[in-house]
Order: sequence, then C-alpha cells, then structure tokens
Amino acid sequence: MLPKLEYCTDKRILTAFLCGEIDHHSARAVREAVDIAIEKHRPALLVLDFSAVTFMDSSGIGLIMGRFKRMQEHRADILVANPSDSIAKLMRLASVERIVRIVYTAHSANVKE
Amino acid sequence: MNTIQNSLKLIIPSHSENEGLARLAVSGFLASAGADVSTIAELKTAVSEGVTNAIVHGYRGSYGNVTLEIKLFKSGRVKITIADKGRGIEDIERAMEPLFTTAPEEERAGLGFAIMESFCDKLRVKSSVGKGTRLTMEKYIKNGSQG
Repeated sequence: MLPKLEYCTDKRILTAFLCGEIDHHSARAVREAVDIAIEKHRPALLVLDFSAVTFMDSSGIGLIMGRFKRMQEHRADILVANPSDSIAKLMRLASVERIVRIVYTAHSANVKE
Repeated sequence: MNTIQNSLKLIIPSHSENEGLARLAVSGFLASAGADVSTIAELKTAVSEGVTNAIVHGYRGSYGNVTLEIKLFKSGRVKITIADKGRGIEDIERAMEPLFTTAPEEERAGLGFAIMESFCDKLRVKSSVGKGTRLTMEKYIKNGSQG
C-alpha cells in the first residue's frame, strides 16, 4: 500500500504515513513514492510514520537507511515515528536509533484505538 | 519428544507477492498451535527474511520454486525449513555477516541472517553453488493460553 504523504510548507516537514506490510515486495513502490515527494518538496525534515504499519522485515530497515542517506545528501533531517512493539524490536536489533531518532507522538494512540 | 503434532508444506513460485503468502501460512499455522503473539511476530519475520533471500538471491535473474515446511512437535518445538534450487551461496560465513549484502542497489540491508538468528533458537544453513540453499530454523513456542 502506498503511503499517504503530507507536506507542511510552513515548517518544511514532509510526513510519510506508511501503512500495511513493508517487505521486499512492497518496499520498492513505497520508496519511489517517498523519493518523488522528497525531490518535489525538498523538505528540511522527513518523518516516516509507522503507526499504520502492521508488519515489517529488513526491507523496512533498508527503506529507512536509504531515506537517511538521501536526506543527508540534502543536508536535511529524518525521524521515525510510532513503530509498533514488534517493529521497534526489529529496529533495535538493526541499531536504527544510532543514526535515526525514533519518536512516539500522541497521534499514534489515536490511530491504534 | 520427537512426535509430530502438526505439519504444513507449501511450494510457491519465487514471485515476490508470495513473501506475504508464506508469512500468512506461518502465522496461521502458529496461531492454531497456540503460539503467543510475539513468537508469531518473530517467526513471521524470520520466514519473511528466508523466503525473500530465496527469491532475491537464490533465484536472482531466474525463477523456481521455494519450499516452506513447518513442523510442530509435541514438545512445543517448531522446525521450519525454507529450500530453493537456486544458485546457492558461495561463502556462507560471509553471507551471514551483518550488513553484508550482494544487492545494495535494491536497498537490501544485509540483515536477513542476523534477524533469523536472533528470532530463532537455532539456525542452520546448507548450501551448494548451482544447486540451492536450505535453511532450517528451530524455536520452542510458548503457548499463548498458558501465558
């Protein structure tokens, strides 16, 4: 499933609300959609929101690392928001938090209810 | 101890859509065996990694079948094998190093084996070049109803 993309002009924040299952099969389309939006808006901050992601394997780690590199090239920042417990566990295993901040927002509580 | 309680065998063509099908089969099998939610999530992820490896690396540039087999023993031990008849792995030790990947252009993180190892109690890899690869994963499942 393609992410819903929201761009806030004021703060130059691009948020990608990822959803469904992120695996090798689905990652390519997600990656392309996010990258097109990055090129279009040139955001100062990219937020990858995982609230509605029900499954993720190492393809999701590749997706985060790839976007991290891209944002670095643009001298811009990246955040990961609201992963579920099992996805957070996978992110810890891959030491994602060593290069990308992981945050939890009130928004996730609303989505999960 | 080694009595089989239930088993499932799935043979799927190496299309990437089937990664989801393999996960669905594993989670359905484990749910009916009474495995708890976190065990199901871990084995689902491990199987997703194994099947993806077979499709992306085993059958790189070609197609073939991936065989997934799950066995549940009376003792609570689950044995999962994922086999392909693809190109095989030249250097298993190197392939298992975290962050090593032969497909960086696809943004493969090189973490498949590390994830399988950490989400299972035991992982065995048998491979021969030109003949294929067989992964065997084992894990004791905790029964969800018993906490």
